[in-house]
Amino acid sequence: MLSTIWFVLWGVLWAVYFMLDGFDLGLGILKPFLAKTEQEHKVALNAMGPFWNGNEVWLITAGGVTFAAFPGTYAVMFSALYTPLMLLLFALILRGISYEFRGKEDAGWWRKTWDLCHFAGSFVAALLLGVAFANIFAGIPIDGDGIFQGNLLTLLNPYGLAGGVFFVLMFSVHGGLWLANKSQGKLRERTAKAIKVLWGLLLIVAVAFLSFTWFATSLWRNVLTRPLTLLLPILAVSGLLATRVFVARSNWWKAWFSSSVTIVGSTLFGVAGLYPALLPSSLNPGFSRTAFNTQSSPLTLKIMLGVALVMVPIVILYQAWVYRRFSEPVTVESLVTEDLY
Amino acid sequence: MDVLNLSRLQFAVATYFHFLFVPLTLGLSILVAVMETIYVRRGDDDYRRAARFWGKLFLINFAIGIVTGITLEFQFGTNWSRYSAFVGDIFGSLLAIEATVAFFLESTFVAVWFFGWGKLSPKAHLACIWIVAVASNISAFWILTANAWMQHPVGYTMRNGRAELTDLIAIVTQKYALLEFIHTVGGAYILAGFFVVGISAWHLLRKNEEFLFRKSLRIGLAFALIFSLFEILQGHMNAEILGATQPAKLAAMESLWETGRGVPVNLVQWPNAAEERNSIEALAIPKLLSLLGFYDPNAEVKGLKDYPRDARPPVLPSFLSFRIMVGLGFLFVALTAWAWIKRERIVDSPGLLRLLVWSLPLPYLACQTGWTLAEVGRQPWIVYGIMKTSDAVSPISVSQVGISVVGFILVYALLGAVDFYLLFKFARKGPQPATGLSAAMGR
Repeated sequence: MLSTIWFVLWGVLWAVYFMLDGFDLGLGILKPFLAKTEQEHKVALNAMGPFWNGNEVWLITAGGVTFAAFPGTYAVMFSALYTPLMLLLFALILRGISYEFRGKEDAGWWRKTWDLCHFAGSFVAALLLGVAFANIFAGIPIDGDGIFQGNLLTLLNPYGLAGGVFFVLMFSVHGGLWLANKSQGKLRERTAKAIKVLWGLLLIVAVAFLSFTWFATSLWRNVLTRPLTLLLPILAVSGLLATRVFVARSNWWKAWFSSSVTIVGSTLFGVAGLYPALLPSSLNPGFSRTAFNTQSSPLTLKIMLGVALVMVPIVILYQAWVYRRFSEPVTVESLVTEDLY
Repeated sequence: MDVLNLSRLQFAVATYFHFLFVPLTLGLSILVAVMETIYVRRGDDDYRRAARFWGKLFLINFAIGIVTGITLEFQFGTNWSRYSAFVGDIFGSLLAIEATVAFFLESTFVAVWFFGWGKLSPKAHLACIWIVAVASNISAFWILTANAWMQHPVGYTMRNGRAELTDLIAIVTQKYALLEFIHTVGGAYILAGFFVVGISAWHLLRKNEEFLFRKSLRIGLAFALIFSLFEILQGHMNAEILGATQPAKLAAMESLWETGRGVPVNLVQWPNAAEERNSIEALAIPKLLSLLGFYDPNAEVKGLKDYPRDARPPVLPSFLSFRIMVGLGFLFVALTAWAWIKRERIVDSPGLLRLLVWSLPLPYLACQTGWTLAEVGRQPWIVYGIMKTSDAVSPISVSQVGISVVGFILVYALLGAVDFYLLFKFARKGPQPATGLSAAMGR
């Protein structure tokens, strides 16, 4: 029971991370294409300014919870995915530091350099998270001792890459919607146009990825054995469709929330389809790392559950306050009168 | 090099680098909070401008501390997977608690503070920087508790082939953790104090913003003086607990080879590990080591020869880092005490001001050597007495780790250079000039 609760929490933490940092990463990918002037670059950066750092902590928490609740999975997952994780770390480091460094010098080459780092970091992070999770959904070649019997190319298989493309597009739409909320004038118009195109692409890729999932993984079959979990992919698809409806009405906040439903629904669909495995082995199902062969001791799981049940709602409360407090668009005037990125 | 030593190198690079930025975060957050508190209570605009000036440097430093912290957490899984599987039940929990209890607060409110000037009421804005300061220090508490558990594991039992939690309270309240925490934050506060003092002194030498920098210098100096004194007295307790918990580290840091009673401390000494003796030993203070370690001038202290060669920590790095740290500790007391006596007329002592500028890097060195002693001195153990570092490493290929080590060195060298360049640039630039308008706008 405890293991199952932690499995669910584990999935929820990843889903929240993707929902929140997803828009930062997506906007990081779109920014070079949408922002034409220095002012617009600043609007886009400051649209994420007060949030990206707090959002990234959800990744640290998701990693920390994997470590604390399922150390046997943490050890195998992180060492098996060594190279992609290192690349993810470098990408996130470059992405994060660009916010702080970019505005600290006026030279054009300086700003272009950090713009490039910000874009590359965002793109690579989104792509790798997608590749990693698609590989987790499909299973990776780990043997009975938890040793990875493959290399980087093993992970760059067609399904893994499809997952990467899916994440990049899903986050791009999400980030575009965030910018539509937080910008005005020409930048918002350009963003709105881009969202419509990207949404079309996302729809195609989502359908393709979900179909591919039927052949490449056992997610669908697992979900079908527990019909209630079928609601998750339905939720994801409804969110995707609702996004377009709200985009058509230029109702950007509702569109953004719908897009959040898509991200959370897709992630939880994958997680539900994995259950009880956290990291399936493609060599032999018996070698899979699951919630029941890699979990921590009952005492640790109980204590950590107490911590999570008290702290996570508090975190959500104060982060929600911050989101409300800084919800208004970044105006051109504020770029002049306030000390921003 | 093999996977083990490459992983060690990588962890060392990542940790040293991360800890170049952490101590300033821990201390400067408090100093900025103090300055802003004075501003809110007295309305003295110099303190607002000071808080903004030091706050800017704080943020440049903070950014790199944050992004390099993730690396450390992930590296336990990527490079030390056997360790992770072995201790995740305890160590992983402490890291996860740190993230949920403290790190969220720190990361969320630092942004509110930065973006909130003029948007929040002065009191709400002040609350944000205090939240950042307290949360950073709570964060340090959990991380250091986790490290203390590697130094001196308690509250666990060996079950299912791993260390499992039996008593969280014992882990959190053990003396080792408490001492490690106060010693580490004490060092961080000294560093932050010297940082503020050094940069203020630089500006005072150039007669820039004399009022503002005299006020800053005074706050930084008081902080550095108090914690320099504290660190010396308290540091002694850390040596004492080593006698009880990690006698091999104690022997290595003193380069003591033979077990004996009434052991002296040699002021001048140089270890020779190959021949298991000291090449130089001079100026002995009789019985001091026995006295310091065990409160008994005739107490027995175990020498390195009592341990098999493969159970000894590397002697030279442990010995040197300890000597450098302690020497600097005493120097900090002397410097800060001298500057404190002269504080009223410090602008008339350009020599002292220059000395304070040049002393700025020294606490960085002290912090790094302190960690060198803590970690190198614990070897060959990763968890003292129950798991060796050589048994902890991941089953990964040499080429993977080799490439990532090179990547870390390159990326970190570049980021470090840029970050210190920006710190220098904005430290020299000084605060925004005082204007009636900006004061009226509360910015």
